[in-house]
Amino acid sequence: MRHTLSILVRNDAGVLSRVAGMFSGRGYNIESLNVAPTLDPEVSNVTLVTGGDDKIIEQITKQLHKIISVIAVTDELENPKGFVNREMAMLKVFPKMEQRAEVLRVSEIFRGKIVHVDSKSFVVEVSGSQDKIQAMTELLRPLGLKELVRTGPLAMRRGN
Amino acid sequence: MTQNGADIFVESLKAEGVEVIFGYPGGAVLHIYDAIQRHGFPHILCRQEAAGLHMADGYARSTGKTGVALVTSGPGLSNAITGIATAYSDSIPMVIFSGQVPTNLIGTDSFQEADNVGLTRPVSKHNYLVRDVKDLAATIKEAFHIASSGRPGPVVVDIPKDVSGAHYKFSYPDDISLPHYQPRYEGHKGQIRRAMKMLLRAKRPVLYFGGGVVLSGASEEMTALVDLLKIPTTYTLMGIGGIPGDHPDSLGMLGMHGTYRANLAVDECDVLFAIGARFDDRVTGKLDEFSVNSKKIHIDIDPTSIGKCVETDIPIVGDVKNCLQQLLARLHEQDDPAGFHEQIAPWRARVADWNNEHPIAYEQHANGPLLPQFVLDKIFKMTEGKAVMTTDVGQHQMWAAQYYHAQHPNLWVTSGGLGTMGFGMPAAIGAQVARPDDVVIAVVGDGGFMMNIQELTTMVEQDVPVKIVLLNNQVLGMVRQWQEKFYDNRESSIDLSAQPDFMQLAEAFGLKGMQAHTAAEAEQILKDGFAYDGPVLMEFCTERGTNCYPMVPSGAPSAKMLTSDS
Repeated sequence: MRHTLSILVRNDAGVLSRVAGMFSGRGYNIESLNVAPTLDPEVSNVTLVTGGDDKIIEQITKQLHKIISVIAVTDELENPKGFVNREMAMLKVFPKMEQRAEVLRVSEIFRGKIVHVDSKSFVVEVSGSQDKIQAMTELLRPLGLKELVRTGPLAMRRGN
Repeated sequence: MTQNGADIFVESLKAEGVEVIFGYPGGAVLHIYDAIQRHGFPHILCRQEAAGLHMADGYARSTGKTGVALVTSGPGLSNAITGIATAYSDSIPMVIFSGQVPTNLIGTDSFQEADNVGLTRPVSKHNYLVRDVKDLAATIKEAFHIASSGRPGPVVVDIPKDVSGAHYKFSYPDDISLPHYQPRYEGHKGQIRRAMKMLLRAKRPVLYFGGGVVLSGASEEMTALVDLLKIPTTYTLMGIGGIPGDHPDSLGMLGMHGTYRANLAVDECDVLFAIGARFDDRVTGKLDEFSVNSKKIHIDIDPTSIGKCVETDIPIVGDVKNCLQQLLARLHEQDDPAGFHEQIAPWRARVADWNNEHPIAYEQHANGPLLPQFVLDKIFKMTEGKAVMTTDVGQHQMWAAQYYHAQHPNLWVTSGGLGTMGFGMPAAIGAQVARPDDVVIAVVGDGGFMMNIQELTTMVEQDVPVKIVLLNNQVLGMVRQWQEKFYDNRESSIDLSAQPDFMQLAEAFGLKGMQAHTAAEAEQILKDGFAYDGPVLMEFCTERGTNCYPMVPSGAPSAKMLTSDS
């Protein structure tokens, strides 16, 4: 089962390696990892996607709490409806001349944004759920998709 | 008047009540060593950093205080890693200070530079790089707090040379602010009540405790619990001394080389009450066949220990001492425990029978080869289990655990989790420094002893009267035992017969040497060695092929023990 963990950390020296190292050292997998500052300059937010059965996720959560630099850990799966979950991606497409309009149409359907265009290629920016980005990727693939970058999901608790 | 970072370092240590540093100087810690000299701060010079760490570790384990070590950058710290990892595995409170190259050189591959924070992260409870002298005192305060609170462990403070040289005014903070680091000491009342009910309903209960009892200073409470309920009680390698070793309800140690009765009792019990222990693989053997018919109650201050290896029916996060005090208070409110004693009487009788079937025993013939078990048994009888005993790792360690029934906590000093060879002798130096009036015995094999042999110089220089018991079988005994059992007796790289003459070696280092080949000689040199005023090396020449039993083969269920060669 995939879990998105939202981890608040104190900006200590090497804090990212403390989090990532706990995963590698104990044989847990990181699917995606996103680190960014919060409103408090002393604190960063790590959004991390991992997998495992309940026992593994429980152990991961406990081990994260044990890291002195970790302030809080929330597991989105504990309350999926209580979180907004978004991911951003940029897709670079090299369509044939006759398919350029189709790329624009797909982009529009997914509420994507063309952030670069030249005579050969587009870069499309899109955000949304992972499923949505996956679906768009599949539709653009036959149209000459050559490159893809994704942020990995970001999660935020609703309300409160 | 301003001081430099090195002065602040020394003043901070004084403020923490540190009595002694174990360390080794080098370029990046020159300012600090200068301050140590100017302040006359007690410092013990080890001869290699890993051994210095083991000394600080032995100091910590034998007192419960926080051990302090100081090493230089690069190789100083990388040598120290083994010592840090050893302490981390056994949750020993230590603060390790390492020098670092000046901040402007960090990241330039400068001389004796290493990423100390990166190197020590996976083997320490926490670590710091102090980038500004203004933060030094507060960081040291935080480091000591983290090392000794919650589940203790080693904390590393990395100090660049320009930080220890920079000037600033010393002021030690009164408190620390770690709002998100709040170890839970008080056990949940409801859980403790449920635990008590489950325990009192049991017909075949077993108490299984570990190093947490020693670390939390709960041996009085632990002993009171056993005295009150008379439940058969076993302990881990780290728990030795948590209750008096000769307690009538003690089953001895459990696990791979534990007693027959302890392992069978755990296998057949209906309630297993784990107290400050972590279900290590050396304890459980094959996990899915471990104590399958029992309900589990588990007290631990570290939530990660609970539910990590075995499913727990009643988890209790908290300090062992606090939880046991609560439990005892509740038990005292109950009726007379006689009814409970009656309820578990058949179980206790059954456990006693197991001991008669396969007791821990040996047979020393007057003219036969000298047995290591005989030597350790004699030491127990001579000291009545009241001396500090440190060990290395291997067969001798397991025999010592079987025969040396430490009467008090903090007397048994051994590398349990990491299993670090070379630990015993330097740890004994640290323990003797901490407890100058007590007898300190280092039990070592001829393998591990050679790993830190240079520290004999430290021992003689500091004139710490450690009694070294060298059980010399000229082989890596435990590895040989495994090769015999599981590799068709194909011996690979275990022969240690190319070794120094240890009596000449003792003389060269300047300590008293004594040697025994027979039981009678062994008794004599133990008498002489313990009476001798000063460090002494007692060498016991034992047989090469003696195996350590009982033995749970790796990966086998713990009830399937081998009890003898046949």
